[in-house]
Amino acid sequence: MAFSQGFTPHPKISYASAAPTGVASEAEYLEIGLREAVDPEQLRVALDAALSSGLDVLDAVVASGTSLPDRIEASHWRIELPQVEPEVLAKAVDAFTAADEVLVERMTKQGRRTFDARAAVVSLDVSASSATPSGAPAVPCAILELVVRQVTPSVRPDDVLSGFRVVAGLEPPVAPKVIRLAQGTLTAQGAIVDPLDAERDGATIGGR
Amino acid sequence: MTGGRVPLGIMSVPSTTSRPAAANSVWPRLEPLLPQVTKPIQYVGGELGAVVKEWDAATVRWALMYPDAYEVGLPNQGVQILYEVLNELPDVLAERTYAVWPDLEKLMRAHGVPQFTVDAHRPVRDFDLFGVSFATELGYTNLLTAIDLAGIPLLAADRTDADPVLVAGGHAAFNPEPIADFIDAAVLGDGEEAVLEITGIVRQWKAEGCPGGRDELLLRLARTESVYVPRFYDVDYLPDGRIQRVVPNRADVPFRVHKRTTMDLDAWPYPKKPLVPLAETVHERYAVEIFRGCTRGCRFCQAGMITRPVRERSITTVGQMVQQGLEFSGFHEVGLLSLSSADHSEIGDMCSGLAEQYQGTNVSLSLPSTRVDAFNIELAQELSRNGRRTGLTFAPEGGSERIRKVINKMVSKDDLIRTVVTAYTNGWRQVKLYFMCGLPTETDDDVLEIADMAHEVIRAGRAATGSKDIRCTVSIGGFVPKPHTPFQWAAMQRPEVIDHRLRLLKQAINADRSLGRAIGYRYHDGEPSLIEGLLSRGDRRVGAVIRRVWEKGGRFDGWSEHFSYQRWVDAAAEVLPDFGVDLDWYTTRERDELEVLPWDHLDSGLDKDWLWQDWQDALSEYEQDDCRWTPCFDCGVCPAMDTEIQIGPTGRKLLPLTPVNGLKLPTGAQQ
Repeated sequence: MAFSQGFTPHPKISYASAAPTGVASEAEYLEIGLREAVDPEQLRVALDAALSSGLDVLDAVVASGTSLPDRIEASHWRIELPQVEPEVLAKAVDAFTAADEVLVERMTKQGRRTFDARAAVVSLDVSASSATPSGAPAVPCAILELVVRQVTPSVRPDDVLSGFRVVAGLEPPVAPKVIRLAQGTLTAQGAIVDPLDAERDGATIGGR
Repeated sequence: MTGGRVPLGIMSVPSTTSRPAAANSVWPRLEPLLPQVTKPIQYVGGELGAVVKEWDAATVRWALMYPDAYEVGLPNQGVQILYEVLNELPDVLAERTYAVWPDLEKLMRAHGVPQFTVDAHRPVRDFDLFGVSFATELGYTNLLTAIDLAGIPLLAADRTDADPVLVAGGHAAFNPEPIADFIDAAVLGDGEEAVLEITGIVRQWKAEGCPGGRDELLLRLARTESVYVPRFYDVDYLPDGRIQRVVPNRADVPFRVHKRTTMDLDAWPYPKKPLVPLAETVHERYAVEIFRGCTRGCRFCQAGMITRPVRERSITTVGQMVQQGLEFSGFHEVGLLSLSSADHSEIGDMCSGLAEQYQGTNVSLSLPSTRVDAFNIELAQELSRNGRRTGLTFAPEGGSERIRKVINKMVSKDDLIRTVVTAYTNGWRQVKLYFMCGLPTETDDDVLEIADMAHEVIRAGRAATGSKDIRCTVSIGGFVPKPHTPFQWAAMQRPEVIDHRLRLLKQAINADRSLGRAIGYRYHDGEPSLIEGLLSRGDRRVGAVIRRVWEKGGRFDGWSEHFSYQRWVDAAAEVLPDFGVDLDWYTTRERDELEVLPWDHLDSGLDKDWLWQDWQDALSEYEQDDCRWTPCFDCGVCPAMDTEIQIGPTGRKLLPLTPVNGLKLPTGAQQ
């Protein structure tokens, strides 16, 4: 592990658009600096062994070309809304999509900020409960698939849900379950491309 | 990226499904609550070094608790050592639990989630034993929260065979009387061997089919003469409120319970696999105890009295522990801990050897020491080879020469100033001086001398360095008389008097504005100390106060933002008059020689007559030497406990390390 110079050296590590606390994720990316060259797969195994179960390191590549933050243009989220009828959610999505701008508020480190949650949203899709990944019981559960662009201040899933409250008065009766499914560059068709694809050269690593 | 470094993009995918919950896990019910609380990571577990075992494969199961928040509790050495010692046994399982913050407590009550372990999120009530380590009495209200959240009856007398046996340990267990009604047993002294013996007794009792139930198990524990079971002792009181006697209420229970002493620290090189927290904690370092015990004889210091005799860990064991501990954990900081680390007989070679081994790496070494002498600076210089000279702490403890004789902290003002100036001339810019306020026989003048000392330190430091860029911080703690010390008979000073002295001191420091600017001033109010005093020297009647405070919402009393002095004063006023005593009776009252103290039946090895003599010596300002380098002064510990001083030097040195290159890859299956 490489360390920064100076009075209090810090390990060289930087996270690209980390998921907020309390949110699940299947796709987090970070960049670390090392003191010497190592085999990426061995590094992956070593890091995975040191981290707790549930924090799984799936892949490591030697970085080249553009920086990691530059490759993270958008994020794909799945939001489960237990006890919300899919039709109700669909109406909120329509109202949200129809708006030019949806102002929401959130506490940030700089204090309370108001910003637009609409412009960064690339796509919003509603589906019904049958596909609930966490096996919720026989209550209605709407599922939202959200693709949102990485902007500043970042628009997070809770900001989009706040937007639904603003435009359609939607208040989820229980806490939504949020999972990040992917991050990466955004194609013209709105698909997300794995940011490490460039280094992989088309080779299959880790069974992908 | 620059400089030949190899940047890597790492994709980490935290799976939401890979964590199979244990059969009795509360995780499915706990997880939905976590987004609603502060710092949820502290409740998740899964740290490097954590162990999760199969429930059904274990015959004896321990839940270990440090009764404070995770960020304070996780680094606790005692719990980490016992956790590892127990989990090394194939048929034993140990998991950890910490105090939950009030936000989660509220949600757990609302959703019926019990006190849980962070390892496999099992309900604490499911375990055979519930061990709680008390470094301070201010954790007592958190104990009640944990018991109650666990669904265990608050009072030990109401518990059944379905409840774990609650065992208290740690320094506060040397007077567990204030919590006697809430605990089933207490262990005095070193825990390594004690937990194994208790485990053996529980294993045997369970193998026999739990004959006689809980009562029989407790009796078997009590018969060891080193496990105190409060319910087997009756306390009688005199009409004036003092204790008449404490006697066993059944046969084959010993009159006195003795402390445990682990003699050969080289045989117990724990922690080997230190826990590496995922959340931020108060200490993030590999800590190794370089010796246990202290015979400097500071009269206020309970730790120094109850952990005798001195037992050193050898330089080679320390070196090996540091190497393995760092390799396992990846920590960058090493703490060489003890009550006065500069006193280790091989400390010079230890510091230079470790400094040599880790030179040019990011590993930093630290050495807490209360000594005020040039040798301390030599060591600090050795440890800060990499150039970081951030701050040095010296602990003269008392402001005047007279009060330092009372507390037996033998350092003269000239020595102190010379030492601090040496630190400044060796490149330290910041020095911290630690004192106490409220000591026995203390007057305003004793405290005001702290200001003179600080002024002189700055004046001499400026003269020696020719620089104005030096600072010192005066840090003041409140004195609390503790059981098993020569000051156990002493009266506490009232908080108003303490606060007044602290104000006078502040004025005196700032009386010279040029010098005052270079002096920082940190202190605590007198009020929390008074309550700590109530709890540390309390008897069983104080349990009612603790319970009342807890019922009124008292939690996390060691945290100034949660502590309420008024709540304690009100509870004491409500509860204690029924017993004919009050808060002052426990705190500001001086005890006489013949009074039966609540902990007299608990044997720390110290001879009560010697303690009384040392108290009289304190009052006549007579100092006591250290028995490591002068003859035995008969404190009583070695003959009573059949122990002896164990110090080096061994004459061995630390060898240069072969640098470990590359990655630490898992060997075989990770636990």
